[in-house]
Amino acid sequence: MTDHYIVLSAILFAIGTIGFMTRRNAIVAFMCVELMLNASNLALVAFSHKNGALDGQIAAFFVMVVAAAEVVVGLAIIVTIFRTRRSASIDDANLLKF
Amino acid sequence: MESVTPVLGTGLFSLAWLLIAVPAASAAVLLLIGRAGDRWGHFLGTLAPVVSFVLGVVYFADLLGRDEAERAVHVPLYDWISSGTWNIGVGLQLDQLSIVFVLLITGVGSLIHVYSIGYMAHDPRRRRFFGFLNLFVAAMLLLVLADNYLVLFVGWEGVGLASYLLIGFWQERPSAATAAKKAFVVNRVGDLGMSIAIMLMLAAFSSSSFTDVNAGVGQLSTPLATTLGLLLLLGACGKSAQVPLQSWLLDAMEGPTPVSALIHAATMVTAGVYLIVRSHAIFTAGPAASIAVVVVGTVTLLFGAYIGCSKDDIKKVLAGSTMSQIGYMMLAAGIGPVGYAFAIFHLVTHGFFKANMFLGAGSVMHAMDDDVDMRHYGALARALPITFVTFAAGYLAIIGFPFFAGFYSKDHIIEAAFHASWVAGTCALIGAGVTAFYMTRLMLMTFAPGKRWREGVHPHESPLVMTVPLIVLGAASVVGGLLLNGWITEWLNPAVQGEAETEGLIHFTLIGGVTMLVVLAGIAVSFLFFGPQKVIPDVQPATRSPFVRAGRRDLYGDAFNEAVFMRPGIRMTNDLVRFDGAVVDGIANGTGTVISGFSSRLRRVQNGFVRSYALTMTAGAAVVGAIILLGRLG
Repeated sequence: MTDHYIVLSAILFAIGTIGFMTRRNAIVAFMCVELMLNASNLALVAFSHKNGALDGQIAAFFVMVVAAAEVVVGLAIIVTIFRTRRSASIDDANLLKF
Repeated sequence: MESVTPVLGTGLFSLAWLLIAVPAASAAVLLLIGRAGDRWGHFLGTLAPVVSFVLGVVYFADLLGRDEAERAVHVPLYDWISSGTWNIGVGLQLDQLSIVFVLLITGVGSLIHVYSIGYMAHDPRRRRFFGFLNLFVAAMLLLVLADNYLVLFVGWEGVGLASYLLIGFWQERPSAATAAKKAFVVNRVGDLGMSIAIMLMLAAFSSSSFTDVNAGVGQLSTPLATTLGLLLLLGACGKSAQVPLQSWLLDAMEGPTPVSALIHAATMVTAGVYLIVRSHAIFTAGPAASIAVVVVGTVTLLFGAYIGCSKDDIKKVLAGSTMSQIGYMMLAAGIGPVGYAFAIFHLVTHGFFKANMFLGAGSVMHAMDDDVDMRHYGALARALPITFVTFAAGYLAIIGFPFFAGFYSKDHIIEAAFHASWVAGTCALIGAGVTAFYMTRLMLMTFAPGKRWREGVHPHESPLVMTVPLIVLGAASVVGGLLLNGWITEWLNPAVQGEAETEGLIHFTLIGGVTMLVVLAGIAVSFLFFGPQKVIPDVQPATRSPFVRAGRRDLYGDAFNEAVFMRPGIRMTNDLVRFDGAVVDGIANGTGTVISGFSSRLRRVQNGFVRSYALTMTAGAAVVGAIILLGRLG
């Protein structure tokens, strides 16, 4: 039973990863990040269930809290970039480099 | 041979640190107060050693009244270094030996301070001069009062510093600055030996106190004790201008004359002799080191006398003679228990008559507009009567004229030398003759009739403030031997575990008679060449004689140092600089270039595209995951 959850988690994570690497829209990329986080949450909970311990579930709560905080900051950044550059493409925000 | 255990100093003796603190405090005031002290600085500076002298006399009287077994007083002051098994305290040791030094340093020192008031009257930096002199007195007292080698070393370096500052006192003269540096550098060579010796002591005895070292050195192996003795001898050679570290003393005459009298004749340069006598137990345990001391002393007494014969600069003649006389002291100290007391006896009388003659030379220079060339002197006996009479007292003392100070002290050494080894004895005897020769030459060239004065020079007797110290020291040169003979050997023998025999005031021996004849011969030869009826050339006559030329160039001491140490040293330094530039810098700079080139390429990876970062991260995570998986499978 647990295996299915793990497979689902892996599929979700792969979708998130590929989406993040291929899509230029910042909002979509951001959603992909959330997808990866939730995929890992799913894996944590699944393993926790299988092991009969609560550690993974607690870790999932932590991930959720951090993700919520990250969403606040991340969205604020995306909105600010959009205001200054009139674009939501992450490839346009490339000033921080060598 | 049991060692002396010092008794604890209480009451009056717990204030013994004042001996050092008074001149040190005075030096601090004089050096820090600035121009405000210009008007009274020299009085304060003179008062300080006088106070120390009075204290010294009080302690001396106290020791004199004690039982022989209780004459070594130990005054602990505070713990300095306390670590593991080491426990090094700062303490003072007043015993028969150190109290003699205290009286000599502060007594002669006070007189020289008084003299300096007059001698330095026209120098704009007189206050500073007195500050340095006080610093010297404080450091020298610390040197002789220390109860262990490490504290002694502090004083040892302190007098070195004061000597450096005072040789270079007229710092505007390049020659003085160079001479000061030279003295400092040559002394460092000696100090190297001294510091290694102290390290060895700390390693062997976990202590550097005289009591512990004296008690423990008997258990040391002979080679180690000999090494210790040789290292101490190296230190003594540096400080006392003994061959092979003699070259700085002649140049040190660049300093003001009172400095030459106090530091480079009466006190500091005798510190080496003090060190040897103080370390008598080490030299007893390492007899080979004692022999080295005898050799050094004998060589130096001839070396200095040779130089004394060939100089026209009055101060350099006296400097050569100082080397030579300290050579006698070293010789006596190297002979062992029978010689220690004689070494100190000669040291004390030499302190009197040599300080006297240096101050006399200063008085002559004062009269001759600071000219030091004896070829420009002549006929000064009438112009400078007091200087002449006191100088003559010093002269008679140094050549060992009967009943003058040097007669007793030097004859004892020559006799002891003959008993120890006929080679050393013969050399000492020859040295006595040569001493008589060059000192008579100095007297004749300076005081005998026949004016060779420069134009515009009008010799005049020095003021009272300068002549009174001369008179006191002159009197000491006359009666010093008579008063101290016999008493001083008995006084010192317990402290240095000496076996010197007390001699009567009048005693005739074969050696004494021969010495007298040799001295007379030296005087006669001198009269033959430089007598009143002889014409003394105005400039140093050119000569092809290799012996004369060697003497004029200080027996090639500087040339030797230059050829053996300086030039190879410079060459090695240059080579090292080249090696450093090519190899060490090459490695460092090459590494830097490679890394910076590599990183300038690597930083291209930071291209600003978030998605490529994501790809990199994913690829990296995949690689790490793959490795972990493969590790599990394997």
